[in-house]
Amino acid sequence: MPEFRTVQCVVNDEPREAEIEPRLLLVHFIREVLGLTGTHLGCDTTSCGACTVLFDGLPVKSCTVLGVQADGHDIVTVEGLGSPSELSPVQEGFHEEHGLQCGFCTPGMMLTATGFLEENPNPTEEEIRWALSGNNCRCTGYMNIVKAVQWAAKKMATSGISARGARG
Amino acid sequence: MMAYYREDAKVLSGGMSLIPLMKLRFAAPATIVDLNQIQGLDYIEEAGGYLRIGCLARNRAIVRSELVRSRHPLMSSAAPTISDPVVRNRGTVVGNLTHADPQGDWATVMMCLDGEVVARSTEGERVIPVSQFITGPFSTTLMPNEIAVEVRVPGATNFGEYHKIERKVGDFATVAVGVALQQQGGSVSRVGIGLTGVGPSNIKCYDAERIVSGGGLNENTIQQAAQAAAADSSPRTDHRGSEEYKREMVAVFVRRSLHAAAGIRAA
Repeated sequence: MPEFRTVQCVVNDEPREAEIEPRLLLVHFIREVLGLTGTHLGCDTTSCGACTVLFDGLPVKSCTVLGVQADGHDIVTVEGLGSPSELSPVQEGFHEEHGLQCGFCTPGMMLTATGFLEENPNPTEEEIRWALSGNNCRCTGYMNIVKAVQWAAKKMATSGISARGARG
Repeated sequence: MMAYYREDAKVLSGGMSLIPLMKLRFAAPATIVDLNQIQGLDYIEEAGGYLRIGCLARNRAIVRSELVRSRHPLMSSAAPTISDPVVRNRGTVVGNLTHADPQGDWATVMMCLDGEVVARSTEGERVIPVSQFITGPFSTTLMPNEIAVEVRVPGATNFGEYHKIERKVGDFATVAVGVALQQQGGSVSRVGIGLTGVGPSNIKCYDAERIVSGGGLNENTIQQAAQAAAADSSPRTDHRGSEEYKREMVAVFVRRSLHAAAGIRAA
């Protein structure tokens, strides 16, 4: 019989609680237990970054964190960006600059970009490229993704809205 | 807890090596002891003549630490080459050392800087030089009841560079060379030279170090040290490059770093 553990955490500003097996990966906890399927599982080898979420504000690869490690912590997934009525600057940037083709890497890209812009709101192109270097995109060649992040940085500067978007 | 579970348990810090190993079924611990619940293990501080790095200090923090940059620039040079920025948000220096991947970067850096692992158990504390801590691929002298709580590096060095060729961000080194020096005026009082990815494990270049510490930095000693380091390497031809290429790159990087340290512009 598998042993279960209680996990209490905050996901996209909402308190969540679940009983899970200690071996369950955070990405599966998010997708299958919490039903938030915007987070994608790509390589499952800590390489591609499609599963990136914010863990206490920092981008992490959720395929390489155990779900039980989220206990007492704050998680943000792509569903937690922006609000139903307004895209976050990063989401809007990806829309405006066509920062995606198939869209598989996009949630991870946007979470990495969000965490990065919160720390460095006025980055150079080179800094953006290094910041995204743990996230793979097999469609775009990255050009428009970089432009999308630049667009988001500009929007943040002019609007005063955080990378994650206006809350509430 | 480690005294109780011993071999059945694995310690989890960043998890960036342990969890991938568990997925591959190379590790299947019955119990995981998660250090992340413990406060105060993420320190980077100077005390008692050592730069001390707690076992929960993430690579992210090393990259950004002004203290590290001012005491051991080799560490600041190597940290941004470890994996990728998202993995660096969780992965730790001490975890990297205890994982003991033979192509790991931190072991090379710590050998250059005479780093030591502090291991603690219910029976007490033990200090192990990194060069003796790692005994082979994925194996260390850590006892089942011990936890590596800190890596510490003595004194300071005023020059350090880590040159790493990687095919892409996050790959293992095709070749990496670490060089650290403490110089005053024209004399070199401390030198560390180490290699990653060009042998069955990390390599400390004792001969090259002796050439530099004995003869100081000049064109002659730099060329000799570069050749000695290349001779210490035993690379293999693989998908990352040929044996000849890798050995040549060892010499190039040792030369480049020593030239930079000496303020000599490469010809």
